[in-house]
Amino acid sequence: MQVLKVRGLHKYFGNLHVLRGIDTDIKKGEVVVVIGPSGSGKSTFLRCLNLLEAPTQGEIIFEGVNITSKKNNINNQRQKMGMVFQQFNLFPHMTVMKNITLAPIKVKKMSVKKAEEVAISLLKRIGLEDKALAYPKQLSGGQKQRIAIIRALAMSPDVMLFDEPTSALDPEMVGEVLDVMKGLAKEGMTMAVVTHEMGFAREVGDRVLFMDEGIIAEEGTPAHIFGNPQNERTKSFLSKVL
Amino acid sequence: MDLTLFGADFNFIKTYYPFFLNGVKNTVLLAFFAVLFGVFIGLFFALMKLSKFKIFRAISSSYIEFIRGTPVMVQIFIIYYGLDKIGIRFPNVPALKNFLGIDFADFMAGVITLSINSGAYVAEIIRGGIQAVDSGQMEAARSLGMPHAMSMIYIVIPQALRNILPALGNEFIVVIKESSIVSVIGIADLMYSTQVVRGITFIPMEPLYVAAIMYFILTFSLSKILGVFERRMRAGA
Repeated sequence: MQVLKVRGLHKYFGNLHVLRGIDTDIKKGEVVVVIGPSGSGKSTFLRCLNLLEAPTQGEIIFEGVNITSKKNNINNQRQKMGMVFQQFNLFPHMTVMKNITLAPIKVKKMSVKKAEEVAISLLKRIGLEDKALAYPKQLSGGQKQRIAIIRALAMSPDVMLFDEPTSALDPEMVGEVLDVMKGLAKEGMTMAVVTHEMGFAREVGDRVLFMDEGIIAEEGTPAHIFGNPQNERTKSFLSKVL
Repeated sequence: MDLTLFGADFNFIKTYYPFFLNGVKNTVLLAFFAVLFGVFIGLFFALMKLSKFKIFRAISSSYIEFIRGTPVMVQIFIIYYGLDKIGIRFPNVPALKNFLGIDFADFMAGVITLSINSGAYVAEIIRGGIQAVDSGQMEAARSLGMPHAMSMIYIVIPQALRNILPALGNEFIVVIKESSIVSVIGIADLMYSTQVVRGITFIPMEPLYVAAIMYFILTFSLSKILGVFERRMRAGA
């Protein structure tokens, strides 16, 4: 069953044609990894999926609802689409606990007690329950990103979008974040991940999209993309990053 | 006791100090209310300037540019005579008249002018403070399903306050100095009181020295107090 359907997606920034027609589906439980050179439009593509960028043209259908329709209130779908950013974007003026519980309490109208229980169990899962009352600036980059992940999970989303989640991290902290993501994938979370971590793409991805110049230049299983790429640009990109 | 310093005769202070004290009181009151109302006016126009609707942005920009591009002196005359002309007359409250030493209606003309004037500057301070918050904060809030207004209230504005409050303190200092202009419509602020003392005593210079020192004490102590607040806020988190 398709969770997300993307049809004829185009995006312009002024005169710059960033996305030039993207068509793809993401199935329930699937881990789709998007790779490609910088400027290929992969982040823009991901940000279009929850309308952080408004598509110029095309349709995005999430769980049967056309979210690009003007009549749609996107806030309803965003609750079910968690997003993790390169720069973490934790709320610096709130404790970790408040960061995690704010949206469940204010948007989902969950009771404070219930939201805090959820937060504690999520914090336990990443081994940071002792940081509940810390402020973001007291945390390392890896800890911040893991908390950003569970902040999104606290809304119990149906799909998780990751926008280069490890690109702003010191190398020794990349592993701890990828481990959390692998755990999620194993539990059957539907995920779309833009990343430069080829090891992660190969190990965890069900399908790899190679994007270049605003289109999906090639897609397939990790074995196909990494083992036997057909497209010249895929080959040339992989030869530089592997 | 003889109050002669470096050949300047300050003995008039012994008789006329109540004028100066009353002036300081009115100057502080004027500046306080001007900044208070200025903040509401400023917030209103700042939000309009950040609106996605062009008409709101245009209205806000016109207001800000016009007020910042015209002298307060002109503004105060227009408001002082204009309010009366369009039939807005503040009632005269005898208790307030005793307290202020002038008509309440005159005092309000001063407060309104200074508020409208300060509002334009405060609008820019607030707009800058909101825009200085990393756009990723709004995106993170929206990505969790929070509507725009909710994201502003819980995420963006609390962070913007950190940028806004120190600049707002400076605006308060500026308004204390600018408020001296209201003396032209006869509001008994510090400047007006100084002129009265000069007139009564026929002493041209010394009352001005007193006024300058009083203004400086006001602004300097305020800026020191604000400095303490600012340091505390920065230590906060």
